[in-house]
Amino acid sequence: MSRAWRAVRERALNVYAALAIAYLLLPIAVIAVFSFNDPEGKFNFTWQGFTLEHWTNAFSLPPLNDAFFLSLELAAASTLVATILGTLIAMALVRYQFFGRRPANFLIVVPMATPEVVIGAALLSMFLIYGLELGFATLFIAHVMFSISFVVVVVRSRLIGFDRALEEAARDLGATPLTTFRTVTLPLLTPAVLGASLLAFALSIDDFVISNFNAGESVTFPLFIYGAAQRGIPVEAYSIATILFLVTVVAMAFTVWQQRRAQQMASIRPEQEDEPYAGTPAMPPAPGAAGG
Amino acid sequence: MTSPKGRDRSAPRGALRRRAIPYFLLGPGLIWLLLFFVVPLYFMGRLSLESGSLETGGFEFTWEWSNYGHALGDYQDRFVRSFFFAGSATVIALLIAYPLAYAIAFRGGRWKNALLFAVVAPFFTTYLIRTLAWQTILSDDSPVVSTMQTLGLLGDGGRLLATDGAVIAGLTYNFLPFMVLPIYASLERIDVRLIEAARDLYSSARTAFWRVTLPLSAPGVVAGTLLTFIPASGDYINAEFLGGTNQAMIGNVIQSLYLNLRDFPSAAALSFTLMAVILIAVFIYIRFAGSEALMGEEAEKAK
Repeated sequence: MSRAWRAVRERALNVYAALAIAYLLLPIAVIAVFSFNDPEGKFNFTWQGFTLEHWTNAFSLPPLNDAFFLSLELAAASTLVATILGTLIAMALVRYQFFGRRPANFLIVVPMATPEVVIGAALLSMFLIYGLELGFATLFIAHVMFSISFVVVVVRSRLIGFDRALEEAARDLGATPLTTFRTVTLPLLTPAVLGASLLAFALSIDDFVISNFNAGESVTFPLFIYGAAQRGIPVEAYSIATILFLVTVVAMAFTVWQQRRAQQMASIRPEQEDEPYAGTPAMPPAPGAAGG
Repeated sequence: MTSPKGRDRSAPRGALRRRAIPYFLLGPGLIWLLLFFVVPLYFMGRLSLESGSLETGGFEFTWEWSNYGHALGDYQDRFVRSFFFAGSATVIALLIAYPLAYAIAFRGGRWKNALLFAVVAPFFTTYLIRTLAWQTILSDDSPVVSTMQTLGLLGDGGRLLATDGAVIAGLTYNFLPFMVLPIYASLERIDVRLIEAARDLYSSARTAFWRVTLPLSAPGVVAGTLLTFIPASGDYINAEFLGGTNQAMIGNVIQSLYLNLRDFPSAAALSFTLMAVILIAVFIYIRFAGSEALMGEEAEKAK
């Protein structure tokens, strides 16, 4: 194969990848740009002029505001519970051998392989049969439910690379189990748990389908946008979406930084080149803090 | 602990307690999943076999299997369309994702993290809003449409919105990160020395790719296609925002039967059928693609 042809081919792959990345980022750019638009009619579809109005007034439309803060509340509550439940499951799966591991694994994977519309419909069926009133409580139940599996997957994938020898060393050096947990286990676990909770939060604040089935009269941020889509969405929704994007980026950068710190901490132990053992700090960083 | 007698008694109890620990850890989360995932599916199954209507005083459980026949008869075309759209989106996403994941894994260098970040970035914007952004991009008076009209790619009155293509493009976009990440993860895990060995043994770059790299990344491809196909086939946002009445998918039907028409038995029957079809398809696919692909994680742990 000639060198010229190879160069072309290598470029081709890079160009292709760059185009794919541009494709992924294009709508985000459109959202950000159109948050500065000054549309004349109700529909924010064509560019009509620049204004900062929808940024300065981002939080001054009562229905949009209520929906956004309801979403924040819901995401915070469901993330807290889902992160705790999911982290406990992940610890059990990684650290213990026990009877019933396969069915437990199965129960965790299946919700992720079920279309959202089916999950939402099934929950609604149950709530209908019990005559439960739909609202914040049913949303909370649903959001914790669909977040748990994702938390388990993220925390488990990071726990597998966890070097148990570090804990043993602490114990050998006379630390009590509690001190070991506080000074070794927890700091090493924190990035995984933070990453998982960030994912749970993002899933919750973004969920439309399952919420649409189980919200009753409650209106979350995505539900508000869905309702408004027919009548024309206020430009402020684009500003809030952009703010949400920026905040998530910062939060993710923070978890990546935490992750790096944990890796540095884990690599205090000198490398043993000749003896590869499971969970060396040479493990590559997990791809993307948002995981799956 | 203080007296020898006490220690003797506590030893087996301690072992028992240690064996109970995983169940205490698993308990709360798994109970939540049982109560709010498995039990609701049972109730949905029950609801799908009820008869009656809201006007005549509600529904009654009567083993009404005909609900399934009616629902499938009425909405067969939406089912077929859903799987056609989801399948097309999965294939296109794979064609976009594999080279991208390959480039990030093997050519990324110090840009790797930034590129991965770009891949997941769409997740950080609200799903509905990024689909609306596509509505903006493809709308009738957008630069894209007018450019295509000038170039003659699109007739004068031609549209992009409300076409099959628009819905498939939207589905492809929205689930693309689910395709890229698992493929990237499996490519990243490949021991480069295996590829080098193939090259040392005089395989061409192409042969090395087809015989070494691609088979080793198969688990990622399997996981990625499933993670794209499953949510895409149940989706109804793309069909609603980017499609017209001729693009309605099965998710649109289920939603409107549940929430607007309140014909719960038919809606439940359709949801159940959707889930069953997907489970069967996944099962066949995994059989075909090799189960070790999905069990890779388990196998790795067993090592």
